[in-house]
Amino acid sequence: MEGLGYLGAGIGAGLAAIGAGLGIGNAAASAAEGTARQPEATSDIRTTMIIAAALIEGVALFGEVICVLLALK
Amino acid sequence: MRKKAISRILALVVPALLSLNSPVFATTGQNEAPVAATAPVAPASVEAPVAAPAEAEAAHAEGGEEKPGDLIMHHILDNHTFAFEPFGEVHLPRIEVAGYDISITKHVVMIWLAAILLIVIASAAGASVKKMSANQAPKGVANVFESLVDFISNDVAKPNIGHGYEKFLPYLLTVFFFILVCNLLGLIPYGATATGNVNVTLTLATFTFIVTQVSAFRAHGIVGYMKHLTAGTHWALWIIMVPIEILGQFTKPFALTIRLFANMTAGHIIILSLFFISFILKSYIVAVAVSIPFAIFIYLLELFVAFLQAFVFTMLSALFIGLATAHEGGHDGHELEASGHH
Repeated sequence: MEGLGYLGAGIGAGLAAIGAGLGIGNAAASAAEGTARQPEATSDIRTTMIIAAALIEGVALFGEVICVLLALK
Repeated sequence: MRKKAISRILALVVPALLSLNSPVFATTGQNEAPVAATAPVAPASVEAPVAAPAEAEAAHAEGGEEKPGDLIMHHILDNHTFAFEPFGEVHLPRIEVAGYDISITKHVVMIWLAAILLIVIASAAGASVKKMSANQAPKGVANVFESLVDFISNDVAKPNIGHGYEKFLPYLLTVFFFILVCNLLGLIPYGATATGNVNVTLTLATFTFIVTQVSAFRAHGIVGYMKHLTAGTHWALWIIMVPIEILGQFTKPFALTIRLFANMTAGHIIILSLFFISFILKSYIVAVAVSIPFAIFIYLLELFVAFLQAFVFTMLSALFIGLATAHEGGHDGHELEASGHH
């Protein structure tokens, strides 16, 4: 039963990674599409995408940090 | 031709590696016993943390191993010794003032190093820019600095803060270059990532928080600031909106803190984990085929992340300042109206 904390940390880290991957993947896909449709707006789209990716990543990192704390406790 | 040569080299190298591999595997069986013998020492060292270093050294002498996890944490966390592995180590002084530990640790040294580097490089670049005539292109260090400063000023500060962005440029540029140099110093051998320490990132985020709040007060005055907290909603919703908005002021720097800290720490953990795979499996093949190429790949990725995180921190700081100082329904609305008329 003592190993369950590690199991939870591992599963949690994986889930956080899945969530961040899906989120940033979606953002990047839409950005690529937008750039293809309107190449002159490339720099604006890139900036918006990086901000969105950073925010999504932030939430995922909260999850990862909690998992690390769980594994190290 | 080349393919044949490569396959010939592989044919030579792989059996050699395999033959190297087998004695290692043979010795692991013998190692098993001393490791088991030293195992009971571990709980004792937990009970007596003061005696831990001595016991760790003893374990080293016996040929026992430290756990990879401990080694990784030792590398990531702040401590009082600066280790130059084969050449020995420098013990940093422990200073305590009125019960507060203000000793100079590894990360403090790295921060100072970053500050000194920045002062030297930036003043050199500034001096060479001052000496230039108007129609002369900058060279060397000044050129690198100009491109980065130009990028921060025109692509980060201007679009996000808008009118009056020049006031915030010194802060944004300082934060950008400081984080960048700290991140890069962590990637050179014997270095440590000061930005991988949550205290450092929290301090940086606190600066952003103070700049944001002060500039919001300056831009709107105390009444305007209070109005900002209600987010322009009906008064019946204020009981929900005001706490959310106040909380929002604090989540922004908190998110900045965790983002930079976790990003810089995670990269180092991944690189070290990749290295320790070969030590855990005790195999040269894994070292050559997995550890080294993947660690180099992650290292190069970390070089990119060092720039990206410095950029993201600066960009989000600019964005928060811009949000705090924006005049609601001000020039943005006029622009929309103007574009509508065309």
